[in-house]
Amino acid sequence: MTQEPTIDAKGLHLTFETNDGPVHALQDVNLEINKGDFVSFIGPSGCGKTTFLRCIAGLETPTSGHISVNGLTPDEARRARAYGYVFQAAGLYPWRTIGGNIRLPLEIMGFSKFEMSERVERVLELVDLTGFDKKFPWQLSGGMQQRASIARALAFDADILLMDEPFGALDEIVRDHLNEQLLQLWARTEKTIGFVTHSIPEAVYLSTKIVVMSPRPGRITDVIDSSLPKERPLDIRDSPEFISIAQRVRDGLRAGHAHV
Amino acid sequence: MMYVIAGFAIWGLGWLLNLYLANSKWSDYRAMNIAVPLIFGLTVLLVWECFVIGFDVNPVFLPRPSDIVLRMAIEMPRLWADFVQTIVKGALTGYILGGMAAFAIAVLADRSKFLTSGVLPVGSFMAALPIVGIAPIFVKWFGSDWESKAAVVAVMVFFPILVNVVAGMRDTTSMQRDLMRTYGAGYWPTLLKLRLPAAMPFIFNGLKVATTLSLIGAIVAEFFGSPTVGMGFRISTSFGQLALDMVWAEIVIAAIAGTAFYGIVTLIEKGVTFWHPSQR
Amino acid sequence: MKSILPVLTIIAAVLFLWTLAVVPMNMHLTADQAQRSGAIVTPDTPVARKETNGIVLALKNPHLIALTYVGKRPNLPSPHQVGLEMFDTIFGKKITSKRSLVYHGWITLAPTLLGFAIGTLLGVLLAVGIVFSRVMDKSVMPWAIVSQTIPILALAPMIIVVLGAAGIHGVLPKSVIAAYLSFFPVVVGMVKGLRSPDHMQLDLLRTYSTTNVQSFWKLRLPSSTPYLFASLKIGISASLIGTIVAELPTGAKAGFGARMLVGDQYGQPILSWAALFAAALTAAALVGIISLVERGALRKMGMKPA
Repeated sequence: MTQEPTIDAKGLHLTFETNDGPVHALQDVNLEINKGDFVSFIGPSGCGKTTFLRCIAGLETPTSGHISVNGLTPDEARRARAYGYVFQAAGLYPWRTIGGNIRLPLEIMGFSKFEMSERVERVLELVDLTGFDKKFPWQLSGGMQQRASIARALAFDADILLMDEPFGALDEIVRDHLNEQLLQLWARTEKTIGFVTHSIPEAVYLSTKIVVMSPRPGRITDVIDSSLPKERPLDIRDSPEFISIAQRVRDGLRAGHAHV
Repeated sequence: MMYVIAGFAIWGLGWLLNLYLANSKWSDYRAMNIAVPLIFGLTVLLVWECFVIGFDVNPVFLPRPSDIVLRMAIEMPRLWADFVQTIVKGALTGYILGGMAAFAIAVLADRSKFLTSGVLPVGSFMAALPIVGIAPIFVKWFGSDWESKAAVVAVMVFFPILVNVVAGMRDTTSMQRDLMRTYGAGYWPTLLKLRLPAAMPFIFNGLKVATTLSLIGAIVAEFFGSPTVGMGFRISTSFGQLALDMVWAEIVIAAIAGTAFYGIVTLIEKGVTFWHPSQR
Repeated sequence: MKSILPVLTIIAAVLFLWTLAVVPMNMHLTADQAQRSGAIVTPDTPVARKETNGIVLALKNPHLIALTYVGKRPNLPSPHQVGLEMFDTIFGKKITSKRSLVYHGWITLAPTLLGFAIGTLLGVLLAVGIVFSRVMDKSVMPWAIVSQTIPILALAPMIIVVLGAAGIHGVLPKSVIAAYLSFFPVVVGMVKGLRSPDHMQLDLLRTYSTTNVQSFWKLRLPSSTPYLFASLKIGISASLIGTIVAELPTGAKAGFGARMLVGDQYGQPILSWAALFAAALTAAALVGIISLVERGALRKMGMKPA
């Protein structure tokens, strides 16, 4: 069944004017993301992966080219609350409880009190933080704060989830655990997820599609459709299939660097 | 002579006591944090009393603490009337008026980045000026009753509070602001849910500074014209009559009022900004 | 410097509003004077005029509007009147003349600077004492904080008279007040600054077996520089304000404060305003000089302001 891609970018260019001259953050980016995909963006610093994510979110404006989200412009999609965004840092407001933080988007979007409390309970359960709604952010560990931030992004049932290196500041043990949870969440909610990361194993483990990017100018070097099954225990990372995909990613990254 | 020796003895004892307490194992208890400065203060008072008696200091220069306390007890009604005139009517009214005006202007200016970048330097400049010099002008414009004092106070507290509110509203990270944008939140929700709560530590900083300024403004402004009541009025007339103990009595009231006012604002601050690292 | 245009815009806006406000503020006085000189004024009795507000009065007597800007004893002098008076008394009079604002400026400035220097020095010393002695910290520091909430400024004129009665005149008594007012901000700021290095830094020095004295000079003192400058700026404005207030109701004959008083008492408001603005400019200049020194010092140390 052919369907409009959820996110469709064609010929996207984004140039920043800086004191040291123009910076080509994105050059001629073409990408289609379909409903239910889990797409990882991986590449070294300056390759444009975060910039591209922000373009989808309507937080940056491309200098030329076309991008549509759910058939709308990114700005319209943003105003229609089409996606939830998770930043690198949890960014929870310290003056609100965890529950209060999750209610923040709901208050802005005008949900009723009853709906809000029901949603808070539901998303806290999804990220395994039940019972923490009255605690304050500083009372939680880094990993728990990030989970709360994800819960907040899920609270208003947007179809799309955009995540910018959300687990980057956490240690590997917590990271593995959160990766597993994220996959389970994705399976349960069937959202379309855009995920930026620095870590090759993370990208390969989580995604159905891996987009390898390289810098100067920021561009897509390779798009890999993952052949791994949807059900993925953590030890799939030792399987030969996994390793060969990871190898392909590594090659893509190296090729990108060879340009420089 | 006895008194002089007693004075030195008390000074020495007080110091030794505090030395022991501060370096003892109880030194971090809450009670100790109040006891040590109290002992210090008490020592100062006792030494003061002894030295004034012992060195036979002219009461015109420095009255005895016991005289001051006596005067306060006798003149309580008048002191209370002065307090109401200066602090309640003059300082508090001006504080609230100036604070509200500063807040309103800050929110208005906030809509334009151009204006905000102009308001901050101009406001900081004005906050450093001897605003108290406009007191005679305000007395001429508003009459000599408490209204002119409130006006002086309002102008004095306006600039520090304005600068702090503006600075506080700017102090959000771009990430927090981007988060609001991803929710499609407009100007007002962002202001009310993010920037104002985030600005509270700054705002209270300004409000605390303003408490002292409001007291100073109200008292000093009364030097320029006042009905026959008011702390500034009482200080300058008592001084003219060489009734120094009354002057000191008013100063003590001013000190207590100032500390209490500051303390109340600090308490409110603790409640509102409980989340800030400096309060935890 | 990017903020120059917005600052100028705001200053221009304030000047504009001021110029407009002159009319309603001075209208009643102008109307009275004009009537005495034979002009036609609507309404024509002072009693009736008292009931109308300034704006309505101005609208009814447009021929008098220009006169509101040149009155001799205005309620609100116009910007140009203040500017002319300042220009005249700063550049147009000999510096030694008792009418010169430069003369009065120096009378105010000398004790301000002296007091500021003393207050800062003592403040830094006390701050060092507080940071290194637990007794001082626990007994004195709370009082240092409390003293900032006490309106000591109200005592300024008294202190001058008392010291005057004891035979101490001139620069010294005012310096005492200026010193006191700059002392406590410096103490509080320096203590904060000397305690600002984080644990990691202090631990590093301990691994080098550094003595307290060495860590003071190498770590604590440099780290406190931004805080020191912030307090110096507060301290110098406080010193200036203290000196001016000390010059107020004590029959002082010279200095900005005295000048403001003289203008008020002898019915020459333009004089008062000129003195007030001159004091404001002096305050700005002093804080500006400290800011320049701060920028140079911090740049040399690679630090940012507190």
